[in-house]
Amino acid sequence: MAPMSVFEQIFDPAGRADPYPLYAELRATPVSRQEDGTYVVSGYDEIVALLHDPRVSSTRRNVPQPGEPGSDEATAVPPPSFINTDPPEHDRLRRLAMRHFGPPHSPRLVESLRPEMLRVITELIDGVAGRARIDVVDDVAYPFPVTMICRILGVPREDEASFHEWADAVVESLDPREEGRAERLRRRQAAVVELHRYLGGIIDERRENPGDDLLSGLVTDEGAEDPMSPVEVVATATLLLIAGHETTVNLITNGMLTLLRHPALLDRLRQEPALAVSMVEELLRYEPPVHFLSSRVALDDIEIGGTVIPKGAPIAVALAAGSRDPAHVTDPDHFDPDRRYNEHLGFGGGIHYCFGAPLARLETQIALTELARRLDNPRLVADPPPYRPSAELRGPRHLLVDVDGVTA
Amino acid sequence: MRVIVDLTRCQGYGQCAFLAPDVFTMNGQEALLYDPDTDDAQREHVLRAAAACPVQAIHLDQMATRHPGMRTGPAPPPVRAGDGSRKTGRIVIVGASLAGARAAGVLRRDGFTGSLTLIGDEPYEPYDRPPLSKQVLTGLAPEDHTLLPRLREVDAEWLSGIAATGLDLAAKRVRLADDREVPFDRLLIATGARARPWPDRQEAALDGVIPLRGMDEAALLRERLAAGPRRVLVIGAGFTGSEVASVCRALDLPVTVVERGPVPLVGALGGVIGAAAAAMQRDHGVDLRCGVTVEALEGDADGRVRAARLSDGSTVEADVAVVALGAVRNVEWLRGSGLAAGVWGVACDAGCRAFDSNGLVTDDVFVAGDVARFPHPVYNYQFMALEHWGNAVAQAEIAAHNMISDQAHRWPHLSLPVFWSNQFGTNIKSVGVPTFADEVVIAQGSLAERRFVAVYGYRGRITAAITFDQAMWLDFYQGLIERAAPFPPELPGADRAERRPVPAEVPERLEPSQVTVVVTGHDPAERRAWLLHDDR
Repeated sequence: MAPMSVFEQIFDPAGRADPYPLYAELRATPVSRQEDGTYVVSGYDEIVALLHDPRVSSTRRNVPQPGEPGSDEATAVPPPSFINTDPPEHDRLRRLAMRHFGPPHSPRLVESLRPEMLRVITELIDGVAGRARIDVVDDVAYPFPVTMICRILGVPREDEASFHEWADAVVESLDPREEGRAERLRRRQAAVVELHRYLGGIIDERRENPGDDLLSGLVTDEGAEDPMSPVEVVATATLLLIAGHETTVNLITNGMLTLLRHPALLDRLRQEPALAVSMVEELLRYEPPVHFLSSRVALDDIEIGGTVIPKGAPIAVALAAGSRDPAHVTDPDHFDPDRRYNEHLGFGGGIHYCFGAPLARLETQIALTELARRLDNPRLVADPPPYRPSAELRGPRHLLVDVDGVTA
Repeated sequence: MRVIVDLTRCQGYGQCAFLAPDVFTMNGQEALLYDPDTDDAQREHVLRAAAACPVQAIHLDQMATRHPGMRTGPAPPPVRAGDGSRKTGRIVIVGASLAGARAAGVLRRDGFTGSLTLIGDEPYEPYDRPPLSKQVLTGLAPEDHTLLPRLREVDAEWLSGIAATGLDLAAKRVRLADDREVPFDRLLIATGARARPWPDRQEAALDGVIPLRGMDEAALLRERLAAGPRRVLVIGAGFTGSEVASVCRALDLPVTVVERGPVPLVGALGGVIGAAAAAMQRDHGVDLRCGVTVEALEGDADGRVRAARLSDGSTVEADVAVVALGAVRNVEWLRGSGLAAGVWGVACDAGCRAFDSNGLVTDDVFVAGDVARFPHPVYNYQFMALEHWGNAVAQAEIAAHNMISDQAHRWPHLSLPVFWSNQFGTNIKSVGVPTFADEVVIAQGSLAERRFVAVYGYRGRITAAITFDQAMWLDFYQGLIERAAPFPPELPGADRAERRPVPAEVPERLEPSQVTVVVTGHDPAERRAWLLHDDR
């Protein structure tokens, strides 16, 4: 058997704990063609260029699939959400969703959640008091953003046990490689159908009895240009529920892991809570939750990075490799929260820039500040910790930490 | 605390408006408004917003602006062997606004240790002008909040409130209004421009007739708008006039705009996109009169403006008349100096060195900002003077660098012009020179929805792009302009709309060319223009 390519090695679970040396190898060819025809883009400049290139589509429907009807998203139910949609539909759907989440219509929503975020994180950390060993993932980093996204969307927190399984299935089906794509897609669609059924029920209920939540806003919005159809509302809700609770968990956990590996910085954060702001930006650069964007497709031949990505070719954007590109940032493998003008790809870029970025930032700033302040003498139990299977949305499955106690 | 957002970089991600909603506001989908000198109680929020900016365009308490295309990595090493002597001596900068102040900062940053003098005729510290026609007029930010960040800390002698009145090139002295003379080894001319006054002196002196360029004028206009005039008349529908009209509508004031041309913004964007601007104005309740001029302003017995008589025979009654007829370059003080200075500005080479009236390039006199008229290789080496914020900053940086570098290490000013305007809740951005065009095509989005990218072409190559609320795509088109990519661009967009070029409707004043120029490189030190000869 031929030796594994760098790209293949990145998806081998054995390399999950430290993919960064492999990313450095990838960057030697900033735009490289893989055996399966995928073009992997790993240089910072090349990534930024492609994220702002109107010839790059975000939907696999634009990959020619001769003789394979039914196996791609083109013919598949359910409909895609705005993350897998191009302008002008994308812009319209995102604008409509933004009316109930951020500026210009709801500029204060995220900021107004701060007291509740603090209350939730306080309860979660209170809950581990008296234990000598905690799991940062299960005890804090997972339940915290889930509680917040449920609150924002208006989804009952107690249903988490059921939708968690479907959301996990969706995330684990993400993979930029062509091999096994059809099978992964089948699994994803099965989970998405369940999520749609579940959220569809909640949305129907909100239509009758609207509350002050985002889903109620989507179904009752009268002031909008061309309101979302019921199907579009369900697809949007599904996207926000999955994205809102499968990514921030990784950012918070990666953050705690990084701080435990840099005890001086953990100590500094304890003394200097305002450091959390730049620290989270550096985390987004250094240990981001999203490593790849995998559904991009070239709509035309695109000359970039010394090569031509041919029309119809799938493109995998290696965001995490780009953020550590030494041509863009000095000393990229050094975790330095004091960096000035830290431009990173932690939330992607261009029109698909992370919708929930402000929420993720605030949640992670608050979580790390409170964990640093309240955990007494935290120590990593295992380094590296066990990782979740996905290389695309990468983060520890558990992060066991021994503590001497919990400060009030 | 002082805040400045480099709006040439801003792409409208809106992260700042989420995290510091009391300081940053999105006016529509992507037009950003902010208070440039915010209360210290907002500090924590502003720091969060600045950290979160995806393009790192927010600067706090300092002005380390970067122009588009410049890398975020370390600055190129400014000091090189053999140029030590250029780091000392006496540098005088005439003009203490954006370009002059920026140049002063760069000179010190890059190791100039000699004496540095800034001369400005306004009594204020250098301030930022774009907010004066936007958030200052709406009352979001007081006019004195526009002072540029942390310039006091530049080690320089500031002569404010005093105008330069003459230049003696042979003796290397600048003469001031109080007859003092300031000697220099190297001089930077950055005197900018002023608002073109209403041509009739008596009418111009009527109370309520207000040109808009400086801080005092903005303060006066804001006061008059806040007083609730029956109607505001705006004379001229360029960017300033259009922005004032937009503010009036935001304040729910009746406004009439009178424009000599067929549509607003025609001089900058051509007739096709100007028509979209006209529709936008009318949709927002502006009484827009195009193809018409104001023949006379009439005052009442107390010397206050009360009406305007138009060339179509009609009369507009208004208590405020805003004169927005463009700018006049501040070159009068250079009369008799021997420099090539006239109504068009002060001519200089691409390295910002001034030409004398014989067309000879000077060694020690540099020009930057609105007053500079320089040849741009991408535009047939046509001499152009750009009244853009981004150009003032970029050109000042090039000029400052060249003032302290020997001739082997000088940089050309090759930045493509970039500008923005914020009106009627729409963010308009531009790259390139839209009037250097024979055709225009809507490459993305829809003119009817006023969310689009318009691409301009001249003789089969792309020369400019404009976005209405689509700023995230602009850098892509900048790349096409720099590569002299063919026009019309072939973009198999997802919406598959039909994209047909139409005449751009810009004033005819172009020469044929057999040479195409491409620009490469990101850092100023690397940027180069290359000629591609067309042997057809």
